[in-house]
Amino acid sequence: MKTCLVVDDSSIVRKIARRILEELDFQITEAEDGEQALEACKSAMPTAVLLDWNMPVMDGYEFLGHLRRLPGGDAPKVVFCTTENGMDHISRALHAGANEYIMKPFDKDIVAAKFQEVGLVALPE
Amino acid sequence: MTPPDYEYLRKLLKDHSGLDLSADKQYLIESRLLPLSRKCGVSGIGELVQKMKGGSASIIAQVVEAMTTNETFFFRDKVPFEHFRDTIVPELLKARAGRKSIRIWCAAGSTGQEPYSLAMSLKEMGAALAGWRIEIIATDLSQEVLEKSKSGVYSQFEVQRGLPIQLLVKYFKQNGELWQISPELRGMVQHRQLNLLHDFSQLGTFDVIFCRNVLIYFDQDTKINIFGRLAKAMEGDGFLVLGAAETVVGLTDVFKPFPDKRGLYRPSGARAASLQGAAAMPKIAVMAGR
Repeated sequence: MKTCLVVDDSSIVRKIARRILEELDFQITEAEDGEQALEACKSAMPTAVLLDWNMPVMDGYEFLGHLRRLPGGDAPKVVFCTTENGMDHISRALHAGANEYIMKPFDKDIVAAKFQEVGLVALPE
Repeated sequence: MTPPDYEYLRKLLKDHSGLDLSADKQYLIESRLLPLSRKCGVSGIGELVQKMKGGSASIIAQVVEAMTTNETFFFRDKVPFEHFRDTIVPELLKARAGRKSIRIWCAAGSTGQEPYSLAMSLKEMGAALAGWRIEIIATDLSQEVLEKSKSGVYSQFEVQRGLPIQLLVKYFKQNGELWQISPELRGMVQHRQLNLLHDFSQLGTFDVIFCRNVLIYFDQDTKINIFGRLAKAMEGDGFLVLGAAETVVGLTDVFKPFPDKRGLYRPSGARAASLQGAAAMPKIAVMAGR
């Protein structure tokens, strides 16, 4: 079973993302900030992480740095999903080990396309 | 449809999908949205707009969907671009080693995503193509979409469909919410307005023709005629790429399927015989010329 950890401080965004990703056959867990997400990854490494940037306690960028240093932490495909839509942020995220990047607002087609890019969703026939 | 309703729909579509309708596209909206009105159980476009203004997210989503089904996106369908990278270009690197040039035609270039996807694919192959002269000709019936293609400017929505983020970072420049493809890549693509129903022999001879998702709009005789003229516009060892739902099989023998590569075809050498049968321009050409 493919699993995806949805990390966002907005419960509405988590709910929308959950609905889209469940349709794409992911089993979903949620976290409200980077610290919660890191704990979740330590107990069970997900297949993918959908990651907001700006969050209280620990932001998505810092979380990504910690994740990639965990044992097995290079495995999850990390897809940023953020209103930080500038080229500078995108470049930093890729440099820190993000696999894809969604600029909010997003919809189902964009999420599906981005998870296709990282090889976790099959192309439609 | 009242002018204010039209303006409202135009702006909404622009905001939601990047779809940029000119002032004269009422017919397009009506042809797409009247069926949707019936489906939603409302009397017409006016009432549909009222529901949208009332904040019905579901109706807004359906309207955007109905209006953008013909949209194209970067690396659309992926497979044709894998054929291009893994089969077509490697074969041509061998076959054209003498003259070191490749001519590519995007016969339904639309707003540019396809020709620029090919340009990016070529750039990504790097050193293998150093010293080669590559021409990409993008044609379309609509001057309007060609202008957009030339500008190379895309909305945030458009660059997130099919384009890997690494390629966005590498080949695009950001300008607010818009993204423009680099001058170098824009310089790789030439644009020409062209109706496939008319003679296109002036474009010369190509090694690769992408002709995807356009022949579906033509009747059978017209398709046969166009296939015949495409074969004439192609080197004997060239490649034709069709859309996922398109084929030459049962229509013409001037092209034959490339084994195990869906959507990829090569000239069969049987061009002369087939062309005779399709010498007369089909009826639709007369209509288009009115």
